[in-house]
Amino acid sequence: MAIDITRFHQTFFEESYEGLDAMEAALLRLTPASADAEAINGIFRAAHSIKGGAATFGFKAVADFTHLLETLLDEMRSGERETTPVEIDVLLRSVDVLRNLLNAARDGQNADAAVVGRLADELASVLHGGSTSPAAASAPPASAPASEGWRIRFEPKAQLFASGNDPVRILRELASLGPTTVRCDTAALPDLTDLNPEACYLAWDIELRGSCPRDAVMEVFAWVEDECHLMVAPLAPVAPAQPAAATATAPVPTPPPAPAPAAEPPKVVPLAAPAREAAAGDTRERRSEPPRGEGGSIRIATEKIDSLVNLVGELVITQAMLQQLASGLDPVQHEKLFAGLSQLDRNTRSLQEAVMSTRMLPVDFVFSRFPRMVRDLAAKLGKQVRLVTSGEQTEIDKSVIERIADPLTHLVRNAIDHGIEKPEQRVAAGKDATGTMRLSASHQGGHIVVEVADDGRGLDRGRILAKAAERGLPVAESMSDAEVWQLIFAPGFSTAAEVTDVSGRGVGMDVVKKNIEALNGAVDIASEAGKGMRVTIRLPLTLAILDGMSVAVADEIFILPLSSVVESLQPRPEQVKRIAQEGTVVRVRNEYLPLIDLREWFVLPGPKMAAHQSIVVIVEAEGKKVALQIDDLVGQQQVVIKSLETNYRRVRGISGATILGDGRVALIVDIGAVVRLLAHPANGVGIAA
Amino acid sequence: MSRILAVDDSTSMRQMVAFTLKSAGFDVAEAPDGVEALEMAKKEKFKLVLCDVNMPKMDGITLVKALRQLPDYKFTPLLMLTTESGPEKKLEGKQAGATGWLVKPFNPEQLIATIQKVIG
Repeated sequence: MAIDITRFHQTFFEESYEGLDAMEAALLRLTPASADAEAINGIFRAAHSIKGGAATFGFKAVADFTHLLETLLDEMRSGERETTPVEIDVLLRSVDVLRNLLNAARDGQNADAAVVGRLADELASVLHGGSTSPAAASAPPASAPASEGWRIRFEPKAQLFASGNDPVRILRELASLGPTTVRCDTAALPDLTDLNPEACYLAWDIELRGSCPRDAVMEVFAWVEDECHLMVAPLAPVAPAQPAAATATAPVPTPPPAPAPAAEPPKVVPLAAPAREAAAGDTRERRSEPPRGEGGSIRIATEKIDSLVNLVGELVITQAMLQQLASGLDPVQHEKLFAGLSQLDRNTRSLQEAVMSTRMLPVDFVFSRFPRMVRDLAAKLGKQVRLVTSGEQTEIDKSVIERIADPLTHLVRNAIDHGIEKPEQRVAAGKDATGTMRLSASHQGGHIVVEVADDGRGLDRGRILAKAAERGLPVAESMSDAEVWQLIFAPGFSTAAEVTDVSGRGVGMDVVKKNIEALNGAVDIASEAGKGMRVTIRLPLTLAILDGMSVAVADEIFILPLSSVVESLQPRPEQVKRIAQEGTVVRVRNEYLPLIDLREWFVLPGPKMAAHQSIVVIVEAEGKKVALQIDDLVGQQQVVIKSLETNYRRVRGISGATILGDGRVALIVDIGAVVRLLAHPANGVGIAA
Repeated sequence: MSRILAVDDSTSMRQMVAFTLKSAGFDVAEAPDGVEALEMAKKEKFKLVLCDVNMPKMDGITLVKALRQLPDYKFTPLLMLTTESGPEKKLEGKQAGATGWLVKPFNPEQLIATIQKVIG
């Protein structure tokens, strides 16, 4: 029967990558002091599973390489080898190589043989350089030339059945090798009164004819080698007489025994065992494994979850539509309908939350990559860095997680490269020689806040200002610290004295900011010279739903993300001024904010209204405030975001759309884009009708 | 019909074993570690147990030992799936009460042939 084992490849790769991640994390925790058998055993187990799977599924390169790794781990586990930084380091690099090998196997390509070979050599030299015996060469004995048959004396020990073995199986297997003549030796069988039904008293003499190799015969007895006396000898033309009681445990050819009295092998049926040992069961059970929080999970394709999210979105819209239809009815006459609707409202909301929660992943998914990175970077730069993470279990939407990974990586790299000083500088400054990087995540309201902080030298205000002036950015000595720090987000901005391999090319901070803002998030910097800096990233919990303020402009409803709304007010006429070049501004508490009439901005029909006759909503993005003039505030609601790009096309100034309860489409205003367009009007206005 | 219990912490191996045995007409139950396997074995009398050696929570050797203590499993074939073809592991398994072993890597045909030999 042909079974296609490629169907298991996907699972194999998934679990192997998981195993590698676990190995890596455990190795990073491992120190010579903490290297107990249990810790190493966990790492060993992961390597072992990968090897077993790789060998089974035919990924020879992976299996061969893992074998070396496993041998080293086995020595460490058994205490034969001490765990030193040398081993940990080579193991960590092996994990990388293994990951490459797995990638190559998955993509059906060949991994870089030079890299693999180099590390394999290194592993081998670590293995043989130590106080170890080389892998016990279990060279199988050269198979003896086939004879015309074998004479076999099989004398099981009394306890054979206790290992679940059955002589009948063995006899049947022998018969499959060639024609056999079997004689049962019942000499040892006691009287029925003395007979222990669970013991084996019989022995067999078998003549196997045919030219099968000796190994094949021994293979049949492999499982019971230690539970029987066995003699296998080539079948001689004439069988010399031999006492039947010969016992040799080793499979050494001995003079063939004489045929015992003929009898068919009786089928020995093990009787049900008496239950006297029943209670002795599971005292040895070990449950001390550290909790891994597995609690039963299944893998689901992201598309399935996305479609579920979409469907729930539609349900929310339908529910809103029903609500709106019912609002025209008399609540007294339709009391039951109203009760039902409010129940539907509650259930829809719970369902929505439950479905959204399936997309949530602990932020640990990103954080877990940093211990390794920090370690490698610090080593490369000759610095000492301790990484402290907290709030790893904070959950964020999967798509958000994927998109903050790169920005966080940039920030961590920057902090280690530019922020944290070399040990001698730190000591000179009266600080601990080892710098500390802190990564933390927490929920704050409807947001998640991720902080990247270091205790390095902090930002250099003077240098940033000088550099900014050099690059022609508008700067002034009077700028607040917060404004100065924002300068580092300018494209191409770098104050690094020299460009290092790690960072300093000035690509990075602007990308960080762009990425975070694309997620409707915000970045803030706090820094103190000599004490360190802290970057705070504030992100929405999910990208699929938005807390919005719905506002009316002409006959349209627009949604303003609530996270950007600062306040709304109706200005008095004297608050609104026209300034040359700046257009119209509103003065709010001594601040002049540019005023944008959304009706003009989006070229909507209807008479232009004076600002003091309408409402102004003040929004903030990218550190700048803008006042938007609208006709009316409609309400505040959660809206399900629909991509305009996939359903229509990209529109500047609009981040997406949603469907309102009455079935109308409302556009979601991209405040960040509005602010940017205002700063560079050359880029043109959002939409034309 | 009594079933086979396949125990392995590696999902791909477990799937492969279960799928292979099912396609050979056997009924298969699966467990990811020794602790769970032991629980299942206490509730249902399996015809044969196939278990990996290296597993979290409870390894294969401990599982075999524990199973042999159960009256229902006194004579049941207990096979170990092992990559460790070295004699110590086999001996350890035998001493724990294992019937025999199957050395990884094995292909589906070898697996079926072995199982059929034992309970065919």
